[in-house]
Amino acid sequence: MPKRTDISSILIIGSGPIVIGQACEFDYSGTQACRALKGEGYRIILANSNPATIMTDPDFADATYIEPLTVEVLEQIIRKEKPDVILPTLGGQTALNLAIELHENGILKKYKTKLIGASPEAIATAEDRQLFKDAMSEIGIASAISGSAHNLSEAQAVVSKIGLPVIIRPAYILGGKGTGIAETEESFNDLALKGIDASPINEILIEQSVKGWKEFELEVMRDCRDNCVVVCSIENVDAMGVHTGDSITVAPAQTLTDVEYQKMRDSAFACLRRVGVETGGSNVQFAVNPKTGEQIIIEMNPRVSRSSALASKATGFPIAKIAALLAVGYSLDEIPNDITKKTPASFEPVIDYVVTKIPRWTFEKFPGTPDILGTQMQSIGEVMAIGRTFPESLQKAIRSLEIGRTGLNADASEAVFDKTTTARLLKSIALPSSNRIFEVESLLRRGQKPEKLSRLCGYDPWFLHQMKRISDARTNFAAQDFRKLSARDLKAIKQLGFSDAQLAYLAKVDPEAITSRRHALKVEPTYKMVDTCAAEFSADTPYCYSTWEDETEVVRSKRKKVMILGSGPNRIGQGIEFDYACVHASFALAEAGVESIMYNCNPETVSTDYDTSDKLYFEPITLEDVMNVIAVEKPDGIIVSLGGQTPLKLANVLPQKLILGTSPKAIDRAEDRKEWSKLCQKLNIPQPPGGTATTLEKALAVARRVNYPLLVRPSYVLGGRAMRIIYNEQQLAATFNEVAGIGALIQEGGLSAERPVLVDHFLSDAIEIDLDALRDTKGNVAVAGIMEHVEAAGVHSGDSACVLPAQNLSKSTLAMLIKYAEAIAKELQVVGLINIQFVVRDEQVYVIEANPRASRTVPFVAKAIGVPLAKLATRIMLGESLDSLKSIYDFKVNGQKLLQRTKPKRLVSVKESVFVFSRFSNTDIVLGPEMKSTGEVMGIGENFAEAFGKAEVAASFKIPNAGFIVITVADFAKQAILPIARSLLGMGFHLIATKGTASFLQENGIVVSQTIAKVSENSSDNIVEFINNNEVRLLINVPNGSTKAQTDGYQTRKAALERHVFVVTSLPAIKAIVASMQESRHRRHVVRSLQSQ
Amino acid sequence: MTPGALVLQDGTVFEGYVFGSEKSISSGEVVFHTAPTGYQEILSDPSYAGQIVTFTYPHIGNYGINNADNESRAIFARGVIVRDYHEAYSNYRATKSLDTWLKRTNVAAITGIDTRKLTRHIREQGALPGAFGSASLRELQLAAKKEPGTAGIDLVKAVSTKKAYSVGSGKLRVTALDYGIKSSIISQLATFATVTVLPADSTSEQVLASRPNGIFLSNGPGDPQTVNYGVQTIRKLLGHAPIFGICLGHQLLATALGGKTVKMPFGHHGGNHPVQDLSTNVVEITSQNHNFAVIESSLKDAVVTHRNLNDNVVEGLRSTLYPAFSVQYHPEAGPGPHDARHLFTAFKSLMEQT
Repeated sequence: MPKRTDISSILIIGSGPIVIGQACEFDYSGTQACRALKGEGYRIILANSNPATIMTDPDFADATYIEPLTVEVLEQIIRKEKPDVILPTLGGQTALNLAIELHENGILKKYKTKLIGASPEAIATAEDRQLFKDAMSEIGIASAISGSAHNLSEAQAVVSKIGLPVIIRPAYILGGKGTGIAETEESFNDLALKGIDASPINEILIEQSVKGWKEFELEVMRDCRDNCVVVCSIENVDAMGVHTGDSITVAPAQTLTDVEYQKMRDSAFACLRRVGVETGGSNVQFAVNPKTGEQIIIEMNPRVSRSSALASKATGFPIAKIAALLAVGYSLDEIPNDITKKTPASFEPVIDYVVTKIPRWTFEKFPGTPDILGTQMQSIGEVMAIGRTFPESLQKAIRSLEIGRTGLNADASEAVFDKTTTARLLKSIALPSSNRIFEVESLLRRGQKPEKLSRLCGYDPWFLHQMKRISDARTNFAAQDFRKLSARDLKAIKQLGFSDAQLAYLAKVDPEAITSRRHALKVEPTYKMVDTCAAEFSADTPYCYSTWEDETEVVRSKRKKVMILGSGPNRIGQGIEFDYACVHASFALAEAGVESIMYNCNPETVSTDYDTSDKLYFEPITLEDVMNVIAVEKPDGIIVSLGGQTPLKLANVLPQKLILGTSPKAIDRAEDRKEWSKLCQKLNIPQPPGGTATTLEKALAVARRVNYPLLVRPSYVLGGRAMRIIYNEQQLAATFNEVAGIGALIQEGGLSAERPVLVDHFLSDAIEIDLDALRDTKGNVAVAGIMEHVEAAGVHSGDSACVLPAQNLSKSTLAMLIKYAEAIAKELQVVGLINIQFVVRDEQVYVIEANPRASRTVPFVAKAIGVPLAKLATRIMLGESLDSLKSIYDFKVNGQKLLQRTKPKRLVSVKESVFVFSRFSNTDIVLGPEMKSTGEVMGIGENFAEAFGKAEVAASFKIPNAGFIVITVADFAKQAILPIARSLLGMGFHLIATKGTASFLQENGIVVSQTIAKVSENSSDNIVEFINNNEVRLLINVPNGSTKAQTDGYQTRKAALERHVFVVTSLPAIKAIVASMQESRHRRHVVRSLQSQ
Repeated sequence: MTPGALVLQDGTVFEGYVFGSEKSISSGEVVFHTAPTGYQEILSDPSYAGQIVTFTYPHIGNYGINNADNESRAIFARGVIVRDYHEAYSNYRATKSLDTWLKRTNVAAITGIDTRKLTRHIREQGALPGAFGSASLRELQLAAKKEPGTAGIDLVKAVSTKKAYSVGSGKLRVTALDYGIKSSIISQLATFATVTVLPADSTSEQVLASRPNGIFLSNGPGDPQTVNYGVQTIRKLLGHAPIFGICLGHQLLATALGGKTVKMPFGHHGGNHPVQDLSTNVVEITSQNHNFAVIESSLKDAVVTHRNLNDNVVEGLRSTLYPAFSVQYHPEAGPGPHDARHLFTAFKSLMEQT
């Protein structure tokens, strides 16, 4: 059926900020959908609060609303735009839940708009676990025995029927939040209560545990003619019991016979039809009993999911794009397969390689949270690797993770596992963790049998035997002189995915020795293409991966070409913002007529979409792998400054003449503490006093010179990894040991004279400023954004809310900031972007650091001012001047050297950070210098209060009208809290305060409704109890600086978090929130599309 | 493993390691198959007689070999080419490894081949005769040169049953002409009929002597033009009972109806081919294995009912004069998707109507 002509406008709902379980895969899917449907001539209206996405670029929709994703706001957008239909299946669980709410609140009916892609009934059947199970049993598909419950007694009745162990899942949640396996009655009661609480409809499903069964997923699509196809099958290496998002997964399924696979396929289609997904993509999960082959269905998502992004990248089949086209009436056979061009999309992709996905965890960011994996997802990002065999793709995936590993062991980091006794490792592998696969390899190398290990860790023996090939090959390699190996033997070990670095470790030589031996023997990688059809048809889309075989099929073009190194897996500190910048670079190259070659290993991103760039290399971002592609493509330049720290780390070792933009030497000069201080002195720019240290003694010496408090941080890390504010010597000693010690940091490089710890005096109560600027080869500088942080200095810039334009800086301070920025950019001979951080106290400007590369704030600034910064940076790196780009990108540079759109925007923009604390229940939520946020939202308003209010709502704060507000603040903040408390009282809230705070408020004439005890004052009737038993709207808690786990504040914040109470912990944020609450009383939420601004 | 090589008739050489049977030379027509699962069914499908099967999926043998999934009594393929064979396998039904099975049936295999390069080569050059094994390159080249391929050669007689036999106990009687019939087809028919399987060269009298309610023309290997005896028989059977043909059976029915067939460059071998039912526009994902196809313009007393959406090849036809229809693909699956199994029901209905 051709596309629908009865509709002309479509509202697409995005997924909001990056959180665990909902990452940039939904930017990928939303961007594809916007592109596809806009290409069909529909008017696209987009709602998404996340400014760091490509989809919220104004070019991708006709009306882009960067507004909070709430039903109230969506109603405003619907009222204004009157979309004919709403497409909610591409924005993750967020969009699906909003769609259901719009339906239930009668808003769809009121504005005569309908859902496409999934009906409310289908969503309900798929999402409500009991409805789903009933539906499945109706069509004869087995699922785990289960029952649902809304309270503890119902739950206990259900479990008495099923028997322990059981798995508990809350209804309507994403990423397995609140899910757990209960093996004892006690843990059952605990998990049941938590689960009921986590579910937005207070419902849990209690299910027979199939822990240890094999887990599979099918990505399926259906069109309006009832044509169904499987796009990809995925097998989890980790058995049931580990959330799919936290499992190592492989595509296609490896251990199913055709009979078993076809049975699963039949069930998936039957499920799709019964649930009623009329068009689009779904993900269906199965568990298989390895002993009997018994199959049960676990769940299905009637929408594009994280797995669909993986399946799209794994096969080259663009699920989101096709889902969008199916939703407007096309059938699969009417849509061409983009990759072959000649064949239609109504087929099932087959692949002739193995894809491995490994999650990227960030446990080191959350001290107190054990590295144990379970049914609740904890990873922040993931990598994917393609190899012709499982061993090859597994090892490539591991080295893509950037956790300091060069493959499946065979590097220095294996020592920790090899030193552990067999008995302990055998015990350890029964518990899933981020290191389990390395422990398993260590055991295999000791001669432990795959079948035995399989019983312990749940990996299928097939995977273990394949891993054993890696172990055997390394043992064999290490026993020989590598110089005597034949080309055929060297190739054979490379075919198992070994990196030169691993082989060098085994041969006890430098990696260069292996590499040059390889070159001498002409053992070089070959590049194959991902083509959806296992080479049955010729492919037009160069989506490439390396392997070690006979033939390279990639053809180098004669065009001028530039390679962009991407940012690798998402993690805290390096997220979607850098992918955004890389994608823009690719677009800018296209606009400049230069061939773009994208190089990345993150399957969730827009950058790894095959049609983002002219060519895509899906490869690990390591020196060896990058050099190999350089040898094949011979690019004219390489962009390393847009993908964050990952590509930057390679800048010094790649061929220097190929690096575009600011020279790696200048980057080092900004990063090297001594050089940087010299530079600041030369330019006469004040810095907070400080120094560097590689030992504790040196650090103490610096401390004596500059005085406490101190800001202590390692060099060359993003996201303030291990950054701390230090108040005394003991803290300094502890922190220094942590920074210098074992763990992830050492894997990222460790301490050395080149990578010392930076020790600076910390300026408390100062305003922190983030500045992004551009400089071209002619020396012209334009300042794109001066962002004022809402939180005081000391909170990591990636965690602090910030506002653009700055609200509290004098004209002379602004002029000073611009002057300093220009001087620094000139001195570093910056070509492209530079980000500089300043602090301002009492009109005095100090520079903290400068990074001559794209910063996290680039997409936010670009959207706030309406100028595509990363594109400008890319064109500048190609040698073009700011002046020559003005007409192309519609901007000007004003008298103050500020970059503006030709018709400047007059609105205020606020960026707020979004956290995942509730996943890491033992981590405190007080912000500090180490970055902990995963995502960001943007609020746009006429003034700061409106913009900030929107940003907070977008970050899930429900602006209250009445109710309880709990206040407990440290002494230093008591005076400052008075006016705030007064206005809250004036707005009609009931103030509840702990003893000290209450008496201070009362002394100052403020009515406190109830005085409550701190936890330490009364163990049974206290602030935590109050939060648990009352509807608290807001918790204002300014702690005194200690983050020790068991303090009162910690327990209070933890309770608030568990009860979904919004917590504010810094004075500036509290002031801003209260201002926004007042502002919101005066007017309704006003929505403005980017295009109208 | 012993080093070995694959040599194609055009002289292209691929290096690898041999496993399975220890014979030093195996030759045949080299084709590729794109299904990632179902190697046991594929290798035991008599339609692969005369062919060396290249699997495009690199890991083959993962789930071993079991006692239930064979499509016939033996392996009819001449050899197996894979990218990465490893002896370990894992599946609760498995009883032996692929290597053990190949050794027992005296079929050789070669691993470590750049199967993607080979596939691309076949895609460009067409299916080629070739030889592989541990023999010297010279010997392999000679064997490849001598290898005749499949065009013009009758491979049916060698794979067909020599004696008639019956399966099932249904009320309806289906007589199947065995040109290389797969067990899954027999099982599908036996769900509703008593199936009498007759040798490929049976006469129409012999077929009609079994008083069939329906006649089934099976799949089988090689060139339909060499199965003239089959075409003669089918011509005489038209109109006597409803006829349903699959794969080679489809090509023979088309020939019996006056049509012609042609050898395709590299055929269709996979489990993911989109076939559209032209009467409903519904697209089914089908299992396919054929090197020859019916020429549409040659059809007179038949209409095309199904088409391959990848290349428009005729995938199904129906006689305009008789109750007879056929498909080029494999609705019985084994291996492959079950999307088209309803065709057996359609055959049953046709029998019940007449």
